[in-house]
Amino acid sequence: MNQVIPPAVSPLSQISPRVQARRRAWRMLKDRLARHGVTIGGFGAIVAILLIFFYLLYVVFPLLKPASAEAVADYPLSGPATETLYLAMEEQAEIAVRYDGAGQVRFLATQDGRMLAEHALPLPAGVTIGSIAEGGNGRSVVSLGLSDGSLLVTRHAYQVSFPNDKRVITPRVEFPLGTTPIPVDARHRALERVAVQSSDDRTTIAALTEDQRLLLVMLAKETSFLDESETVKRYEHTLPNTAGQVRRLLVDPDQRSLYVATDTGTLAYYDISDPDQPQLIQQLGVVPTGTTLTGMKLLAGGISLLIASSDGQISQWFPVRNEANQPMLHRIRSFSAGAGVTVVDPEFARKGFLAANNRGEVRIYHTTAEKQVLRVEVSERPIRMLAVTPRANAFLAEDDGGRLHFWRVDNEHPEVSWSSLWGKVWYESYPKPDYIWQSSSASNEFEPKFSLTPLAFGTLKAAFYAMLFAVPLSIMGAIYAAYFMAPTMRKIVKPTIEIMGALPTVILGFLAGLWLAPVMEANLSGIFALLLLLPLGTLVFAWLWKSLPAALRHRIPDGWEAMLLIPVLLGFGWLAFTFSPLLDEVLFGGDMRVWMRDDLGIGFDQRNALVVGVAMGFAVIPNIFSIAEDAIFSVPRQLTNGSLALGATPWQTLVRVVLLTASPGIFSAVMIGFGRAVGETMIVLMATGNTPVMDWSMFQGMRTLSANIAVEMPESELNSTHYRVLFLAALVLFMFTFVFNTLAELVRQRLRGKYASL
Amino acid sequence: MGNWFKSGTPWIWLNAAAVSASLIAVAGLLGLIAARGLGHFWPANIAEIDYRKDGQTIRLIGEIRDHEDVLRERLVSAGLTVPEDVLTVRRYQIKNGNRDVTGLDFAWILGPDIQAQRYPDDLVVIERREWGNFYGYLREVREAGKTVASGAAAWAVMHERLQRANGLFAQIRDIERGELGSINYELEQLRLETRRLELKHQTTPEALAEIAARRAELQAQYAELQKSLNGLYSDIRRDSIAVETQAGQLVELPMSKVVHALRPNAMGVGAKLRVYLFNVWEFLSDEPREANTEGGIFPAIFGTVLMVLLMSMLVTPFGVIAAVYLREYAKQGPLTRLVRIAVNNLAGVPAIVYGVFGLGFFVYFLGGNIDRLFYPEAQPAPTFGTPGLLWASLTLAILTVPVVIVATEEGLARIPKAIREGSLALGATKAETLWRTVLPMASPAMMTGLILAVARAAGEVAPLMLVGVVKLAPTLPLDGNAPFLHLDRKFMHLGFHIYDVGFQSPNVEAARPLVYATALLLVLVTVLLNLAAIAIRNRLREKYRALDH
Repeated sequence: MNQVIPPAVSPLSQISPRVQARRRAWRMLKDRLARHGVTIGGFGAIVAILLIFFYLLYVVFPLLKPASAEAVADYPLSGPATETLYLAMEEQAEIAVRYDGAGQVRFLATQDGRMLAEHALPLPAGVTIGSIAEGGNGRSVVSLGLSDGSLLVTRHAYQVSFPNDKRVITPRVEFPLGTTPIPVDARHRALERVAVQSSDDRTTIAALTEDQRLLLVMLAKETSFLDESETVKRYEHTLPNTAGQVRRLLVDPDQRSLYVATDTGTLAYYDISDPDQPQLIQQLGVVPTGTTLTGMKLLAGGISLLIASSDGQISQWFPVRNEANQPMLHRIRSFSAGAGVTVVDPEFARKGFLAANNRGEVRIYHTTAEKQVLRVEVSERPIRMLAVTPRANAFLAEDDGGRLHFWRVDNEHPEVSWSSLWGKVWYESYPKPDYIWQSSSASNEFEPKFSLTPLAFGTLKAAFYAMLFAVPLSIMGAIYAAYFMAPTMRKIVKPTIEIMGALPTVILGFLAGLWLAPVMEANLSGIFALLLLLPLGTLVFAWLWKSLPAALRHRIPDGWEAMLLIPVLLGFGWLAFTFSPLLDEVLFGGDMRVWMRDDLGIGFDQRNALVVGVAMGFAVIPNIFSIAEDAIFSVPRQLTNGSLALGATPWQTLVRVVLLTASPGIFSAVMIGFGRAVGETMIVLMATGNTPVMDWSMFQGMRTLSANIAVEMPESELNSTHYRVLFLAALVLFMFTFVFNTLAELVRQRLRGKYASL
Repeated sequence: MGNWFKSGTPWIWLNAAAVSASLIAVAGLLGLIAARGLGHFWPANIAEIDYRKDGQTIRLIGEIRDHEDVLRERLVSAGLTVPEDVLTVRRYQIKNGNRDVTGLDFAWILGPDIQAQRYPDDLVVIERREWGNFYGYLREVREAGKTVASGAAAWAVMHERLQRANGLFAQIRDIERGELGSINYELEQLRLETRRLELKHQTTPEALAEIAARRAELQAQYAELQKSLNGLYSDIRRDSIAVETQAGQLVELPMSKVVHALRPNAMGVGAKLRVYLFNVWEFLSDEPREANTEGGIFPAIFGTVLMVLLMSMLVTPFGVIAAVYLREYAKQGPLTRLVRIAVNNLAGVPAIVYGVFGLGFFVYFLGGNIDRLFYPEAQPAPTFGTPGLLWASLTLAILTVPVVIVATEEGLARIPKAIREGSLALGATKAETLWRTVLPMASPAMMTGLILAVARAAGEVAPLMLVGVVKLAPTLPLDGNAPFLHLDRKFMHLGFHIYDVGFQSPNVEAARPLVYATALLLVLVTVLLNLAAIAIRNRLREKYRALDH
């Protein structure tokens, strides 16, 4: 590029000093501007790149942030001092509802305890409330067991309206089954304990009468075949009360199980899914001897049972199928509440719960994460009642002095803990603790399973198989290309390999998934024969070549062996595939896959680790090859010349001198290749089944961190735990590759320094 | 022999074999894609096969697409009857189309059961807008249900009428895409304008009246177009053809659904070559049909090119300025070295991580805030707060900026010090030295960096899946409606097209040749770009080697 310098318009001497000075000032200004501009721009660009790391961290950070809570208000109970039977809050945490023993329902503002509305329940004259139970959709159905053996079903409901763009919530009490109580006990004895669940077509009522009879009443809506008319059928059972002095009853929201517990901690577990025939499945002790059971609640979803005892332990139980395929209650894990637990209140949508104790503390736990999320001291006196909002962002606690305490909670991501991300977790309905990734499902009460272990495992497995394929090929290739290959051939080979590295991975993935996987499946024995035949064939050819007359041999100059070998390898490859059916027939009785499955017990996935290994190996070979080749090629000549002059063969020189000197470079090449294999997305996405299984078998698929992000990120809700966990996965990938690459880079720089000094 | 092993020669041969294997793999891969991708457009002959099935002879009509040798045992265990004395049996895959009639486009048939195979001249393959290809004999051409030509005359008559129908179809498409599309766009703009006025509390009666007048005008235009469209639709529905299928059934196909009809068996090589070239052109310039499994890939090419162009415009200044700063202005201390290593390593960070960053930072954070500030009238529908062209380009720019920085820095480092010193000694300022001598000399290096960046961006899919690519975009991001370039729109991309059609489409088997063709295009683009970069780099090295001495 020859720059033509324009001839000066006028000699400098003709320009007045003032103009010159002005021009110089202008030039200096331009120079300064350029300096600042470039500095700012360059700095900005670099900061923008580094921003990635900080942004990922910024999104992940809330996962690590501990939960917090702050007291908003406390106030005495309004109205006459009667016993609180039930306390709850609506979704916005603005209004609380309180049912008291005198049959009054009061709505109060949570901010200051002001009474908003008061309703007297339509109790028949002379009848008192014996017991109370919540249930139904959103836990808003409150049922009252009455002293005349009947049941009054109420619901606290809230209507939200926006007059003048301001949110106004209007509370009311509804009676879904009418204002007349439903008779439950034919003998009209008081209902001491009740448990009620109701769905569109079925209502289940379990009740304990004052004479200790355990009643089960089920109302099922049935549609007639003939005229589609609806009738309500009533099933009534008196269950054998084997447990003793029953204190607590629970029916799960699906109305399939009934739990009955005594004060001493004997629990009876009934299967009531068949309304004609409820049966006792199991009876067991759930609290240590000498302690009493102080609380029993169902976790959101109705599968797990939370049992609190007077020694401050809260244990989680759920049915696990035993060898006979019978669901049996198992103690899964337990939490310590410090002092005797007075109330347990599960959250509405998550697998977390709140517990209050007789020291006035409220603690928040999460079962999947197996951790205590938060502990706050709410009052000096024991807590008697506890209510959490459906969004779990506030709670209301009543102490035995009759004061209400309103707290706001910031607890966005309780389900994340070290153990829930990386450890084995015993999830609901699973037979044993396991590593599971299952981030979403159709149901709201689903227990998210965020174990990154199977994904990290899949990532490493895919990378491992890729390296298994790539490392020998690329390093051997690099040795040959750098040390033995003719320069003319090098000029062809190096760009070819570089192009191989530039191929879009989506193409490699597509070929792996749609072409290689079926080909491998059909010619499995041929593939293994290939592994054996190619090296053997090479050696045989080399031996034959050596035995050729020298005149013929010298026609091909040294360093062109690789060219000679191409037809040889192609020939042996053809041989392996042609005789693959014969091999199958002779060795494996027709089909290697069937043989593996039946005789070795190895399952076969079409899109498996072998396919990924080959495809991703193909993508990684160029990276390793070029760095390793560079390292070997730049070993100073005087070293090799010295060795050769001392009588070593080229191979001895290579192994004892060149490779030894270049080994850090080769090592860094492998590291960089590994880093690339770990982060590769499209190939694994397309060439595996993407099932997060943990199995080292080369015939099984896997799911990697990167493919998981690609699959789930578009659907994950902004700022949800799932979203942040995916960001965490990205951060893990980022850190991993960044650290690997930096290490490799440092090793290479040191090596370069060493070469320079030699 | 022992000595031979000790000398190490066998190991050298084994190492050579590794190179050969890699070369075979590269060549094989390119060859495979090229063969499959290019073969797809060739009009294959249609076979008529008498096939024995369950003791009866049936007629099959279709293209023979593939064959394989299968172990006899496997077929037996699959419940097929095959001859006794053989090890393998050859089976053929035929594409017999007619998915709407038979339910499947493909069938595997066993070689031994083929009784006869013919290639009659008058077998017709009909490419349709829906349901894939149709194979059979053309029997009749009908107009409004009445036969106008049959037998041998039908072919010529059909061609005439097919041209008419295709002309009408093009008109309909132009109106629907072009004019109706514009009217819908303007109506949407009016709705947004009304909402904007409401939000600003400026809904004066005059403004509203003006909007209402414009809306009424647009709606009148719309009604008019709708009327002419209806006319075109009834015109295009006039003709139909009756085709006999392999089972002997006469099926009536509306002419409006026919794209082409060919009699490949009657065509010579020249005619086939013409069709071949036409097919290639159609593939490159047409829009996809049938959930992307047929038709062309023009929107994907367009989207890829536009995205890469935008990305280049973003990445070049940033990359070059950062490199100039690092090499020319920054103090060369340990910190700069660290930054350099970090930038270098960012090139090795997985692409999906950039996608995650793009989605979180650009789309949700930046886009969400832009929407709140500048597009309140469109709320709650996002404008920029959703994946789109701009965010995809930005994400890829961040992804490829290290490539440009590294290449430019390398170029700057190669320029001999003497040149800079000479310029400074002549009294030039640093900025002038840079601008007049250093940067022009380093421009090929920047070019290399940019080409490599473009090649990488063109082939990268994983991050795009998160920040803006869709399987089917209803409109191109560049069109005739102001402001012409719609940075907020989603777009189609060649790489994603391969993933989507190859793995997500309902009929992978039928779509496969198309995926190979798309892959071939993508490979060609990346390979050519890389070759260009390599050539530039080599020339550059030669030049500076000359300068050094």
